[in-house]
Amino acid sequence: MGNEFFPLFYGFHFYLFGLIALVSSILFVTRKSPVAAALWLINVMFCLAVLYILLDAQFIGAIQVLLYAGAIMVVFLFVVMLLNLGHPSELSDIRGKGGRLAAGFVGLALLAEIMVLARAEFPAKLTLPAAVTTEAAQGTAGIIGPIAAPLFREYLLAFELTSILLLTAIVGAVVIGKKREAGDAG
Amino acid sequence: MLAESLALSAALFTVGVVGVLTRRNAIIIFMCVELMLNAVNLSFVALSTLYGASGQVFVIFVMTVAAAEAAVGLAIIIAIFRHRQSVNLEDVNLLKG
Repeated sequence: MGNEFFPLFYGFHFYLFGLIALVSSILFVTRKSPVAAALWLINVMFCLAVLYILLDAQFIGAIQVLLYAGAIMVVFLFVVMLLNLGHPSELSDIRGKGGRLAAGFVGLALLAEIMVLARAEFPAKLTLPAAVTTEAAQGTAGIIGPIAAPLFREYLLAFELTSILLLTAIVGAVVIGKKREAGDAG
Repeated sequence: MLAESLALSAALFTVGVVGVLTRRNAIIIFMCVELMLNAVNLSFVALSTLYGASGQVFVIFVMTVAAAEAAVGLAIIIAIFRHRQSVNLEDVNLLKG
């Protein structure tokens, strides 16, 4: 998906899905019902998957659909169903006027700050281990190769620590979510 | 496309922050955190077109941490719901002075 071959196609879809993602995220924050909010968030994630593919990260795009939209959001919807929260509660959960005003102010300040940071000049070269552009690397090693090589070489320790983190999270989730029997100590 | 991606990432992150600050439903706050993580992932992927595939490796790490966080967080929400019959954060005020 080189953007030098189809600049119009590429740019059109980039802006289209970027706009859909932004609108969906705003709708997601403003929905009252948790189910509607979750569905809008899934829409944001699908749009982000399209953007990843347009940015030459096809593997990340596939993982985004499988893992985020397919696994994490299903868990969220499952919890909403389990706790029977699908209907918007009588008491709206959006904060009062003061809270919303403060949040808007914080949001505007944050947005201005990040936009100023994004205008900064990027250093032409970063001294990461064996930094090669994705496109150049994909020419020789395919799509997944350039991701797998640093993952299992430079970041092997982080990768192993991630597995410990996942094990801890599984055990923790089971222990926290377990129903305590009457007379169960601790 | 790099500048546009970073701007979109900043906008999505800000929407997530505003969501965390304005909502009281714990599940929706968790989903806002996921939105912020997604925004950061977009930055990583956009910058990886310039600086190499390490950015995409970090996206995989972020996704793993997000999955772990969702599992533990939702277990905590279920435990709170059992005690209070509510996921409204206004009802969870034991540490409030």
